[in-house]
Amino acid sequence: MSILVDRTTRVITQGITGKTGQFHTRACRDYANGRECFVAGVNPKRSGESFEGTPIFATVREAKQRTGANTSVIYVPPAGAADAIWEAVQADLDLVICITEGIPVRDMIVVRDKMRKEKRRTLLLGPNCPGVITPEEIKIGIMPGHIHRKGRIGVVSRSGTLTYEAVAQLTELGLGQSTAVGIGGDPVNGLKHVDVLRLFNDDPDTDAVVMIGEIGGTDEETAARWAHDHMDKPVVGFIAGLTAPTAAEYLAIDAFIAAASAIFCFMPREKLSM
Amino acid sequence: MKIHEYQGKDILRRFGVPVPRGVACFSVAEAVDAARSLGGSVWVVKAQIHAGGRGKGGGVKVSHSLEEVRANASAILGMQLVTHQTGPGGQTVRRLLVEEGADIRKELYLGLVVDRVTQRVCLMASSEGGMDIEEVAQRMPEKIHKVTVDPGSGLTGAEADDVALKIGIPQAALVQARAALQGLYRAFWESDASLAEINPLVLTGDGRVIALDAKINFDSNALYRHPDLAALRDLDEEDPAEIEASKFDLSYIQLDGNIGCLVNGAGLAMATMDTIKLYGGSPANFLDVGGGATAEKVTEAFKLMLRNAQLKAILVNIFGGIMKCDTIAEGVIAASRAVKLGVPLVVRMKGTNETLGKQLLADSGLPIIAADTMAEAAQKVVAAAGAKPGVSR
Repeated sequence: MSILVDRTTRVITQGITGKTGQFHTRACRDYANGRECFVAGVNPKRSGESFEGTPIFATVREAKQRTGANTSVIYVPPAGAADAIWEAVQADLDLVICITEGIPVRDMIVVRDKMRKEKRRTLLLGPNCPGVITPEEIKIGIMPGHIHRKGRIGVVSRSGTLTYEAVAQLTELGLGQSTAVGIGGDPVNGLKHVDVLRLFNDDPDTDAVVMIGEIGGTDEETAARWAHDHMDKPVVGFIAGLTAPTAAEYLAIDAFIAAASAIFCFMPREKLSM
Repeated sequence: MKIHEYQGKDILRRFGVPVPRGVACFSVAEAVDAARSLGGSVWVVKAQIHAGGRGKGGGVKVSHSLEEVRANASAILGMQLVTHQTGPGGQTVRRLLVEEGADIRKELYLGLVVDRVTQRVCLMASSEGGMDIEEVAQRMPEKIHKVTVDPGSGLTGAEADDVALKIGIPQAALVQARAALQGLYRAFWESDASLAEINPLVLTGDGRVIALDAKINFDSNALYRHPDLAALRDLDEEDPAEIEASKFDLSYIQLDGNIGCLVNGAGLAMATMDTIKLYGGSPANFLDVGGGATAEKVTEAFKLMLRNAQLKAILVNIFGGIMKCDTIAEGVIAASRAVKLGVPLVVRMKGTNETLGKQLLADSGLPIIAADTMAEAAQKVVAAAGAKPGVSR
């Protein structure tokens, strides 16, 4: 098993006709079961055409109906990306993965608010994330597939290349990965560390988790507390930013938002062994 | 993106937040003229720089005559204003704000930020204005009142009144306070701000509510839909190296150390800097070359790092994912030759085409120190920086 995605996942690519979308769709289709998994693309103006054999539909809803897809990945440029997320949520997909970087925060506040108010069941990963991979089954996103190996370590991270670094080190040590999840570094996003830890905790094929955080916000503290109280598996955490240049301003702000009693504790390179 | 206080007040005024009458000035003569045209008998001359803590640094002066306005404007304009946010070198004052004086009875605080946890805009208000809100949060957290605003409705009148009463606004000034609170929220929301602060918001002797200061930062990802706000950017307030970096789509921040770092990805860049520190070194900069580093980008990155007189060594740490290591190696070789690199260079590459990349570096004839792991790379660059002090360039 794995979390979120596996060889049975069927994926719609929103933004399949752009340069980034095309480049990464090719790489994803070439990885493991990609040819069976990536079943559709969406572009309202190019409906009826295909991208190297992958049919293009006008809307996410139509693509879902025609192909049975349950997941989408978004490469749409920032100005339209929040609308693309909302379209996928309205089509009632299981999971939406938004790779797009640079979406205005206000747009994300609006989408997340609508998702909560309408009690939507769709899970959102990102935005501004590398995506998710279940090694040797499916890769959805921009991570280099070849550094991963199938195995029993879960990886969850807010970072991009730092995740690849961690995955490559695990692979070199002979430790394969069950699933590696990039949750993205934007202030307003979908799944958080704690949500992914829960999924790994319930996954019989994950034995331990590597959690890679960043400075800014209190998601890592929340996840650490949850892991301490509920996690049955070891979690190793890493937060880069001991020497971070721009940290001071936001740390202070986030600190007193989280709690006026300022419980924010900044945990550079601290191991959260449970 | 940051803007000046007077620009922030212009925005607040448009959204119905009461602010003092004032004029932005670029010379002493303009400052005196401004005071004359404002009338009255008390004026405040305020340095306009992007950093906070201007008052403590001597950048804000109350003046009781036009002569005093002239003297204060002369003293402040052109000074190197040092505050806790400018760094030891300070910031040159190029603009002034001359305002009518206010009769302050009470200083309050209002602030808006995006709260990552609730994923909504959070209003913070306090009866303890005029000091750093971080200090209030530490010493008297019970004095900070928070409202998480529903993006569908915005800050409601009832929410505004409730928080106004909690921070000590008298009943008689409630309507004005509501206008200030709701105006501030609308200004934040409609202009895609990332931070908006009024510190202090004052209650005057005659019972009026006025924003005596304004600090607004904007979400740079949303500036494309606010060309009027983007035009307020003041390049004089930004580090020239960072401006240069942004032209090449590089993310660069200069630091106090002597080891230059060139890395792809912000997280890996921070981890690299941390590793350098772990082995006793000190990073000279943060530099993220992003996903698509070309030879040209690497060359520009080298030039940026070499502007720093403190620089003693460079560490290149690249994880080649989509980007291939041989492409990076070619970029590093071309850049080293183009800038006639005079400081030791440690290169650590991992990922796609790693072996090919390493071979290219070895065959280049350049004195490049190779490393396999981040720890080894950090140890080697720390040693190199220490071993060759004052390398000529």
